[in-house]
Amino acid sequence: MSDTPIRPDPVYTADAAFFWEAADRSELSCERCTDCARLRHPPRPMCPWCRSTAREAVRLSGRGRVLSWIVPRHPAPIGFAESPVVVLVALEEGIRLVSNLEGVDPERIAIGLPVEVAFAPTRGGHAVPVFRPAGSAR
Amino acid sequence: MSRGAGAAIAGIGQTEFSKNSGRSELQLAAESACAALQDAGIDPADVDGMITFTLDSSDEIGLARCLGVRDLAYATRIPGGGAASVATVAQAMAVVEAGLAEIVLIWRAMNERSAYRFGQPIVPPGGGLVNVAGAGTGSLLWCMPFGAQTPASWEALASQHYMATFGVTNRDLAHVSVAQRRHAASNPAAWFYKRPITLEDHQQSRWIVEPVLRLLDCCQESDGGVALVVTSLERARDLRQPPVRILAAAQSIPAEVEVISNYYHADLTAMPEAMGTARRIYERSGLTPADMQVAMLYDAFTPQVLRQLEGFGFCGRGEAKDFVRDGNIELGGRLPVNTNGGLIGEAYIHGMNNITEAVRQVRGTAVNQVPKVEHVLVSCAMAGAILGRA
Repeated sequence: MSDTPIRPDPVYTADAAFFWEAADRSELSCERCTDCARLRHPPRPMCPWCRSTAREAVRLSGRGRVLSWIVPRHPAPIGFAESPVVVLVALEEGIRLVSNLEGVDPERIAIGLPVEVAFAPTRGGHAVPVFRPAGSAR
Repeated sequence: MSRGAGAAIAGIGQTEFSKNSGRSELQLAAESACAALQDAGIDPADVDGMITFTLDSSDEIGLARCLGVRDLAYATRIPGGGAASVATVAQAMAVVEAGLAEIVLIWRAMNERSAYRFGQPIVPPGGGLVNVAGAGTGSLLWCMPFGAQTPASWEALASQHYMATFGVTNRDLAHVSVAQRRHAASNPAAWFYKRPITLEDHQQSRWIVEPVLRLLDCCQESDGGVALVVTSLERARDLRQPPVRILAAAQSIPAEVEVISNYYHADLTAMPEAMGTARRIYERSGLTPADMQVAMLYDAFTPQVLRQLEGFGFCGRGEAKDFVRDGNIELGGRLPVNTNGGLIGEAYIHGMNNITEAVRQVRGTAVNQVPKVEHVLVSCAMAGAILGRA
């Protein structure tokens, strides 16, 4: 396999730039309401519980469990040498994230599988959070 | 019953369903609109309301200028793409009952196979339909860098949790495709006319998204146009066709629910948007699931049919796989579903051809007519309607 990353870059939007900038530093982050302290994802400019626009990025543990998983086969996903495992992860802080699960045979994936974050490079020099089975060697 | 004097579907129309229409989407819109108005016996010039939904490329005023509409009183476009298809019926009913317009044209026309393809990967930059306000799918931006780049993959990620929780296998989904392809096989308007499939055909079709969707779990990509005409029940009684009354119609977009990137609501084994729509249309009509003789359920992908069967209360949670395996959704079964072949067997006109089939079933003119139809439920989960005889 080539060493040059081919994964698509994330789409930067004004309300979510902090998430991708954190990923570039190998940090998994999430938006927290400064007023009511609830976490939310995907990011949005207003807290849906208290309607505050005051918000801050907080670093997450990167630990979670698989909630749902698939392997897109056809058409072949653009930017991947082989079909990736796409997962919906329930993070232990209570938010959910769409990502990839790497380093595991799909036969062994089950709902509830403990996972931990890692970071994968993209073709434009950025990074995105991906996951590996918890405790697996890097 | 509804507060106004009542609204009815007075006309339906469509073009042929193909893979290459050879003409513009606006022309398909105009042709299907004329067919629906002719079916109703209404002069196109008399249309005074127009409704479609997001992702349709035909401009309202552009279409009105094709049809020679004399004085348009109301026009709107509903968010949600196909998830808004049945919401057009709710909107038309409301507009007619409020007196904002009297002859409301609903349409959707697409060259979705020959000009562009929903089934192909969408990646940044650009993002295609994903960045369009009104699509309801902003969170797809969070899927693309991870290789979930098609509607099939987005849907599969939402349904895999449901399937794993209730032990639904891909083989269970085959019963939906087989039934609908059987229905399409006797429908001359269907792309898959005279082309039924077996359960083994389904199981041998290639994986689109493991372990959820094979090729034969996916709807078609189609070219074509479909239109409806809604007017007051009173006016509909004087028109060419027997009126098909809109007994109830509603939308439901509960908190944390999105269109297709639907990963954030509390219980992923449930379909809260279908449950919300069901609650509203059953309450407003005074009817129950047992009162329906036919159901037309948005079938872009087979798992959605199972999940709507549960969401609308035709069977219990987790029981849809048994319901379809036991033949209930076939002609002659307890609740024939998608009797035209649906979006899988007839054509994918973004849900609209399932509404016209509901109208034919109430009129008694469907090619796969179910006996003694009193009420038909038509759903795109985020919206639904119950149609019945006037």
